[in-house]
Amino acid sequence: MNVVLETRSLVKRFDGLTVTDGVSLRLERGARHALIGPNGAGKTTLVNLLTGVLAATSGQVELDGRDITALPVHARVRRGIVRTFQINQLFGGLTPLASIALAVSAQQGRSAGWWRPLGRDTAVTTECDRLLNGFHLADVMDRPVASLAYGKLRLLEIAIALACKPRVLLLDEPAAGVPEGDRQEIFDTIAALPVDVSVLLIEHDMDLVFNFARTVTVLVDGAVFAEGDAAAIAVDPRVKAVYLGDDDAAAVATGHG
Amino acid sequence: MLTLLFDGVAYGMLLFVLAVGLAVTLGLMNFINLAHGAFAMAGGYITVLLMSRAGVPFLVCLPIAFIGTALLGALLERTLYRPMYAKPHLDQVLFSIGLVFMAVTAVDYFVGSMQQNITLPPWLQGRLPIEGVGIGKYRLFIVVLCGLLTVALQFVLARTRFGSRLRASVDDPRVAGGLGLDVSRIFMLTFAVGSGLAGLGGALGAEVLGLDPTFPLKFMIYFLIVVSVGGTTTITGPLLAALLLGIADVAGKYYVPKLGAFIVYSLMIAILVVRPQGLFARR
Amino acid sequence: MADEAPSTSAAASSLRRSARWRVWELAVFAAMSLAWLLLPGQSLLINQIAIVALFAVSLDLILGYAGIVSLGHAAFFGFGAYAAALFAKGTMNDPLAGLAVAVAASAVLGAATSLLILRGTDLTRLMVTLGVASILYELANKLDDITGGADGLQGVVMGPLLTPFGRFAFDLSGRVASAYSLVILALALLVARRLVHSPFGVSLQALRDNRLRASSIGLSVRLRLVAVYTIAAAFAGAAGGLLAQTSGFASLDLFDFHRSAEVLLVLVIGGTGYLYGGVIGAVVFQLLHDVISAWTPQYWNFWLGLFLVVLMIVGRERLVTPWKWFRRGP
Repeated sequence: MNVVLETRSLVKRFDGLTVTDGVSLRLERGARHALIGPNGAGKTTLVNLLTGVLAATSGQVELDGRDITALPVHARVRRGIVRTFQINQLFGGLTPLASIALAVSAQQGRSAGWWRPLGRDTAVTTECDRLLNGFHLADVMDRPVASLAYGKLRLLEIAIALACKPRVLLLDEPAAGVPEGDRQEIFDTIAALPVDVSVLLIEHDMDLVFNFARTVTVLVDGAVFAEGDAAAIAVDPRVKAVYLGDDDAAAVATGHG
Repeated sequence: MLTLLFDGVAYGMLLFVLAVGLAVTLGLMNFINLAHGAFAMAGGYITVLLMSRAGVPFLVCLPIAFIGTALLGALLERTLYRPMYAKPHLDQVLFSIGLVFMAVTAVDYFVGSMQQNITLPPWLQGRLPIEGVGIGKYRLFIVVLCGLLTVALQFVLARTRFGSRLRASVDDPRVAGGLGLDVSRIFMLTFAVGSGLAGLGGALGAEVLGLDPTFPLKFMIYFLIVVSVGGTTTITGPLLAALLLGIADVAGKYYVPKLGAFIVYSLMIAILVVRPQGLFARR
Repeated sequence: MADEAPSTSAAASSLRRSARWRVWELAVFAAMSLAWLLLPGQSLLINQIAIVALFAVSLDLILGYAGIVSLGHAAFFGFGAYAAALFAKGTMNDPLAGLAVAVAASAVLGAATSLLILRGTDLTRLMVTLGVASILYELANKLDDITGGADGLQGVVMGPLLTPFGRFAFDLSGRVASAYSLVILALALLVARRLVHSPFGVSLQALRDNRLRASSIGLSVRLRLVAVYTIAAAFAGAAGGLLAQTSGFASLDLFDFHRSAEVLLVLVIGGTGYLYGGVIGAVVFQLLHDVISAWTPQYWNFWLGLFLVVLMIVGRERLVTPWKWFRRGP
């Protein structure tokens, strides 16, 4: 039981509206943890708090036992917390290759180089090849990002995050908006993530959630509603009532569980 | 000291009337309109020309300046500004700079580049002895008139249907449109009124600030200061910012003439660095 | 995962290709040299274009590559000019030393003011950059014992250029001056070229495209903004220094809003974000200026304004494809 990421009573308030209500969460090394909850439960806000995009009103975030609550976004990434965005956040003017090469360079500490061209280092280019091939982006690597299909963009979104060599990976609805035919590719990618990376997955797609997660947290109105093994959560009547809502979901859970 | 303060307040109120249209346009259409000063200049020149060529009395010129500039604003909004709303800020900036250049040189061509003078009606000249201190009658007139305008603006915004439609459109144009509000008509009306107010301010200010073809460029930074420091989410924000600016400028030029506008610019930068959303903005 | 030997790495060869010299880039450098060689009578014009080009390229670094809209870039131009002029009059009149001083001084100013543009919206950045240029204008105006006030600094006489290739004294024809400016422009382009193809340069574009994602891959946005702003200020200061040294004076109008607006237009005409837009824009702008001024000398600004309005409504990117002007849509 090796806790990598932990929050203590994390609270976020906007002008009197409490969006995150005392969330205490623990993520173990190699975790496969899902975060589910109805719309507006505050899942993305929580990820924003974990990554530093939002500053917490109170509470702490700890990585490997060290308090990172005050660290800015880029510093947390350097320590190994990386996330993907629910709505693609890509570099519209760059190519997939350039985007990944930049992320790899940043991870290898070469992003400040100003004299030698990007990609002169074989360490960078080897890693780029690996990621591009692994994510089936090699054939579109030189195309402008704006011209790619949505499914490819979603894969690029994840590829860039993996280029940062995360120790903790926060995936915010990776399959959102992806056409049926491309979803399997996303599923496979997530399933193939390195074993020692701790993954927190936000998803609405219950197939993906219960195929992937070993443990689940249910977030409702900004607070932790239920937490535990995936199988237990899937059949928990309280969870079903507030979120899953009906028998179909129970059938899904037991059918796969 | 009291005279200085009063002069500063008069200057500030004038700046507010001049700049309020810019604040609302920026808040409503998210459009950086550096040509706003050109509308003020138009109002000033309309007044000057009517008074000197047609002998129209000063007080009558004021509403004409307002209406004339408002019509000009509505026309330009419909034709030139509308295609620019969706464009990036850089394009808007360059576009409005282009308009200013055109306006400045056109006025220079047609009217000449000298300072224009306005002869105020006798009852507005001179000073009123109040508490042993002489208060300039014209400045008092400006303060009263601008004060009334401010109250009227606040009333329209807070109490009328147009006001609430405007506020809704500022908050979220897409949702407002979805609710059935004719957002483009609101834009046009608001732009027209804002330009009209600028024109009125230009007419009022011709005597106090001076009027020549370089007016829009000279005062552009002042209008922008009012808007960026005051924020675009309220009326009172720009009002307070304008008053602050007016007093600071008048006091600065009196006490430390060597530094001139340096104080005002530094103050503005300091404020914007500490509170980029403006000193008085809601968010 | 495919196993690639480094020599056949697809990523490596693609990246290498993007950084390679294009033919048209070489053409630009060739054109610069040919212009100097073949048009000795146009030396003053060439000098002017080179200086404006360098100024515009410096703006491209912050606008085209980092996405910072500045209405006060002339602050660094003027500061460099005054620094070079004061150095020549007061300390030594060696041109290269003076240029170094101009570059260093503007870089310091750039680094200091970069802290002001880190936060805020486009509007606040516009205001702050405008404010800085205005402050410098006021300072130059009021500190007239140093700067000559409204009259400016006159009588800046430069000594000869001492280079490894020989000693060149500035002459009335301006050939040495224009060669000097062109060489500095070329050097600046070479350095800037390295910069934009480097990881740092690509990270600037990432920052411009998506600041949130840039920080989410571990890039420090603030440091990069400070760095690029400082570098751009240094280049602009070099342009200003060249102007002071080759024209013999520095004046208040170098800080004027008109300068900042003009360089913005020059860059937009030439195109942002590919580095040579400043050079192309400077040439086209000068041509436009000469053509229009010959026709209506007094009201050049009117046609300039009209050009801007039309260009912006039609769309900047359509400048190079006029047949698209009458088609609807992107």
